[in-house]
Amino acid sequence: MSLYSRVIKPKSLILGNGKVVDEPRSKAPLVIVLFGIASLISIKITGFDMAVMFSRGGQFFVILRKMVPPEFAYMPKIWQPLFDTIKMSLLGSFVGAVLAVPFAVVASSNIVKNRFVIVFVRLLLSIVRTLPTLVTALIATYIFGLGTLAGTIAIAVFTFAYVGKLLYEEIETVDMGPFEAMQAMGANKGRSFMYAIIPQVLPSYLSNCLFCFEGNVRYASILGYVGAGGLGLILNEKIGWREYTKVGMILVMLFATVVIIETFSHWLRSKLT
Amino acid sequence: MTIQQQKENEPRTWILHLFIALGIAIVLAWSSTTIQLNANESSGMQVAGKILSGIFHPDVDFLFNFTNQGVAYLLLETICIAFLGTVVGAVLAVPFAFLGAANIVPHWIALISRFFVMAIRTIPAFVYGLMLIMVTGPGPFAGLLTMSLVSIGMLSKMFIEAIEDLDIRILESLDAAGCTTFQKIRYGIIPQLFPNFASTFIYRFDMNLRDATVLGLVGAGGIGAPLIFAMSSYRWNEVGAILTGLILLVLVVEYFSNKLRNKLTRG
Repeated sequence: MSLYSRVIKPKSLILGNGKVVDEPRSKAPLVIVLFGIASLISIKITGFDMAVMFSRGGQFFVILRKMVPPEFAYMPKIWQPLFDTIKMSLLGSFVGAVLAVPFAVVASSNIVKNRFVIVFVRLLLSIVRTLPTLVTALIATYIFGLGTLAGTIAIAVFTFAYVGKLLYEEIETVDMGPFEAMQAMGANKGRSFMYAIIPQVLPSYLSNCLFCFEGNVRYASILGYVGAGGLGLILNEKIGWREYTKVGMILVMLFATVVIIETFSHWLRSKLT
Repeated sequence: MTIQQQKENEPRTWILHLFIALGIAIVLAWSSTTIQLNANESSGMQVAGKILSGIFHPDVDFLFNFTNQGVAYLLLETICIAFLGTVVGAVLAVPFAFLGAANIVPHWIALISRFFVMAIRTIPAFVYGLMLIMVTGPGPFAGLLTMSLVSIGMLSKMFIEAIEDLDIRILESLDAAGCTTFQKIRYGIIPQLFPNFASTFIYRFDMNLRDATVLGLVGAGGIGAPLIFAMSSYRWNEVGAILTGLILLVLVVEYFSNKLRNKLTRG
């Protein structure tokens, strides 16, 4: 019996044949009360105010309205940073995804039997994943200098942790039958992994990588804000100078790029699965 | 003999593989043109050493300071921003989700709505932050609204998937049993959607907590701003303290969120 049913007694029903069954009480009231308390505390701390939202909500569109119509004459100057952003996310995703493979293999409990190693690698992956990408990017700019290299490294670090986690979860859920069969036939561990596990995880691994890449293109446009190259750099600059029509143009181009990349990657992923 | 035949019947995929490999190689070569190596490698390593030693020797006073300036309060503020931001984001995402579900509205409306959500997702967080500061002034309130706008994209996408997976047969059987529209929603739709929505909500809360640093860029409250300030003024001990707190918090929240979500999906 769970703690909840012990505190709040379940409703007893007597069936026609005299049998007594317990119907546990709904948890909805408790959840609603907890949710309400959490909301109240949050509203108090953050200063959330509906009145402000309604009275000043229109201000939100002030900048947005200044962005239209976007300044098309500015387009030729956007290509270079835009391609930088795409290149950064491509290279970063690739490096991160490749680096993730050995770590993910070592972190899967059905391949490696050493408990200590598994816990250590998983903790490493978790901590790296928790590290905010902006922080990684900022640290990278201090070490490698301002520019696209820092951004690429930040993206690679994030991709590494993200793909690594998904991959070891994937490896753990594969059918171990072929692996054992190959071992029984006398294949060594590496060979059995190669021919029994990889074909099973490869499609979803590639699909995860592509998905991560999609997100990275979006993320890479923020990274420029801390000086890590790409679109964010000029975006930040134009916002600082209040040249909103140029900002609008940058956003339109970014949007078009994201749509194209997402459509392409979506198509590729549907082919994979 | 049969093994031999089987081997010969194997499709010849190596040409395709070669082309894929060639394509990847070209793309990688193209993208590596953007990397310019700066010459200051040695000073870079020195800086890295300093940063690491700072991060591994966190400012303990700052970390265990429970007043308004300490890590604990900043974390609490971040949790509140992330929580309420997710709530507002989820509320905003629900209409988009219903308008974007192809089994509820005509196809073209679904397409337009999805396109719109994609546009919302593409605008980087700091642009929203700047727009919202015009509304509320700098502070956690602006952070909360930024977070909710940033969350809409993923939330509505997951909601759409949940809505499109609705089992219509349940509604038909409720219809056959003579239920009213309200009863159909209460007993046919809500029980199907709620676990999915709740699980998505918890997952997004988890992510928002992690993304809270983004808000620091616009000075919109939470732990992001002190973190970015500390980093840009090279106070690595402080950065270490904040990161320790943030990482511990995220790991704990992630653990509980995984447990809760497992419970929700398995019933």
